[in-house]
Amino acid sequence: MKDGVNGVALAVFIFFFLAVTVMGFLAARWRKAENEQSLDEWGLGGRSFGTWVTWFLLGGDLYTAYTFVAVPAAIYAAGAAGFFAVPYTILIYPLIFTFLPRLWSVSHKHGYVTTSDFVRGRFGSKSLSLAVALTGILATMPYIALQLVGIQAVLDVMGVGGGENTHWFIKDLPLLIAFGVLAAYTYSSGLRAPALIAFVKDTLIYLVIAVAIIYIPIKLGGFDEIFAKAGEAYAQVNPATDKPRGAVVPPEASQWTYATLALGSALALFMYPHSITATLSSKSREVIRRNTTILPLYSLMLGLLALLGFMAIAAGVNVSNGQLAIPQLFEDMFPDWFAGVAFAAIGIGALVPAAIMSIAAANLFTRNIYKDFIKPDATAEQETKVSKLVSLLVKVGALAFVLTMDKTVAINFQLLGGIWILQTFPALVGGLFTRWFHRWALLAGWAVGMVYGTVAAYGVASPTQQHFGGSNAEIPGLGEIGYIGLTAFVLNVIVTVVLTFVLKAAKAPEGIDETRPEDYTADAGDAGVQVELPPATAGSAH
Amino acid sequence: MSDAPEVKPPVVTPVRVVIALCLFAPFVAMLWVGSYAKTDPTLIGIPFFYWYQMAWVLISTALTATAYKLWQRDQREQRARAASKGGADA
Repeated sequence: MKDGVNGVALAVFIFFFLAVTVMGFLAARWRKAENEQSLDEWGLGGRSFGTWVTWFLLGGDLYTAYTFVAVPAAIYAAGAAGFFAVPYTILIYPLIFTFLPRLWSVSHKHGYVTTSDFVRGRFGSKSLSLAVALTGILATMPYIALQLVGIQAVLDVMGVGGGENTHWFIKDLPLLIAFGVLAAYTYSSGLRAPALIAFVKDTLIYLVIAVAIIYIPIKLGGFDEIFAKAGEAYAQVNPATDKPRGAVVPPEASQWTYATLALGSALALFMYPHSITATLSSKSREVIRRNTTILPLYSLMLGLLALLGFMAIAAGVNVSNGQLAIPQLFEDMFPDWFAGVAFAAIGIGALVPAAIMSIAAANLFTRNIYKDFIKPDATAEQETKVSKLVSLLVKVGALAFVLTMDKTVAINFQLLGGIWILQTFPALVGGLFTRWFHRWALLAGWAVGMVYGTVAAYGVASPTQQHFGGSNAEIPGLGEIGYIGLTAFVLNVIVTVVLTFVLKAAKAPEGIDETRPEDYTADAGDAGVQVELPPATAGSAH
Repeated sequence: MSDAPEVKPPVVTPVRVVIALCLFAPFVAMLWVGSYAKTDPTLIGIPFFYWYQMAWVLISTALTATAYKLWQRDQREQRARAASKGGADA
């Protein structure tokens, strides 16, 4: 790593950062609605986003800075295994094509802001709704922390992260500033800020990838050369584990892992509150279906990006912290000013999802904990105020996490978060299609999945850690190594189904279902569907 | 809602089967890792394993888009049927 600060790159980085900051504050005025004090307005952008804004917002939301750093970093570390992100993102779209439009319809019909709102309305169970809300908040927190880790990686490579001996305050000052800016504009502009900034982020990222994927292979002598060098590097045996570092093509033993990771992650992604927030902010169910046909563009980008991991090996990038591999590759390969553009892309790429995630977590807290359990008679204004404050608290929590704990802790928690969030799938997606499941059975299934997933993940050791060393373990009864989240999910479903039979036979009381079958197919323009939710507008439509 | 005796249109139609297949195909292709875990043939130096999966991004996009178009048409037809029936009843 070069010493000192890369001045040109830093200047370009700061320029873009300032530009998006101004945009973030101006965003509040963009497509402004009449009633700013409602949670729909701040937390869902007035539910008014069309196909393209939704595309940018979802893309900016799902393909985070951490993804951009972590996927090629995984390839850099172990080869083929890291590429599971591509089949994972391929499988998401056919999946959400089937269930998200139903969620959109029922949410717009009943004014649901979060997934927990829906679960409570469908199953008439506050405890199930609380379980879903807590899981969502727990899973989102480390995810936000990882966004800050992404910014930190970029700052480190630019030389402003400071060395080991720098005073902690100086060392963390740039991160604190970036964080302060993020917090301030999310607070003032709500979901509109990340939606607007996502345009800048995606333009920069597409530009950087297009350049990287053409320019770097030419400099390195073509893909033949790159893969040959990578193959050599993976074949070297790691003395710590006595196994080769990785493989260019997954051997048969790791194919189960590859497939279960892809499937489990695809099932989990749209359980995350931030994915749902971005979805519900679109203005019709057609927008969502249309988006499933254009969102895969991002998967293509992710695939190309993953290849950068091989390039980092071929270019001789040698970092002990894999997270730094790609920023370091950019610094080594690109002229300074373009490295600055690339860093800005990653940095801004972290701000967008961090903002949406904190909004989503705040919505969950306000709607499903504050309003359901603490202050049932809260007004719309109070809800928005609490949400804004909580979004701030969530971010401060994430910051504290990153500053006080080792980075690996954030990564471990994020892996756990993925396992946990998948356990809300039966209640949410199951509930969208059938009312057959019993609410208590769903709750029990969720608990079993959570406990099994956590215990199994605790038992995974890696060369560097004794516990939480990864998210794969032996699948009981199959003997293959697979994704813990998926195994826990299967257990969850089995428990839910069996207990539903039992509880129905025992005539346990079912909750009241406030939704009706036709609610799930309603579209904008149908009677009772709230498109733009400020009461004034909704009222005038009747 | 249903005061007029109504002949319900079948839930499973050929078009819907095609839609289901379009949506299901990527799962089979991607989860059967053994079918593509190999190096050759390479494409501009990229092993088969990688370019095949990236090609599937495009294939699955085309399939989802097809499913979307078919679904739209299916819904339109259904609505038209419902509307003509409603008109006759009134």
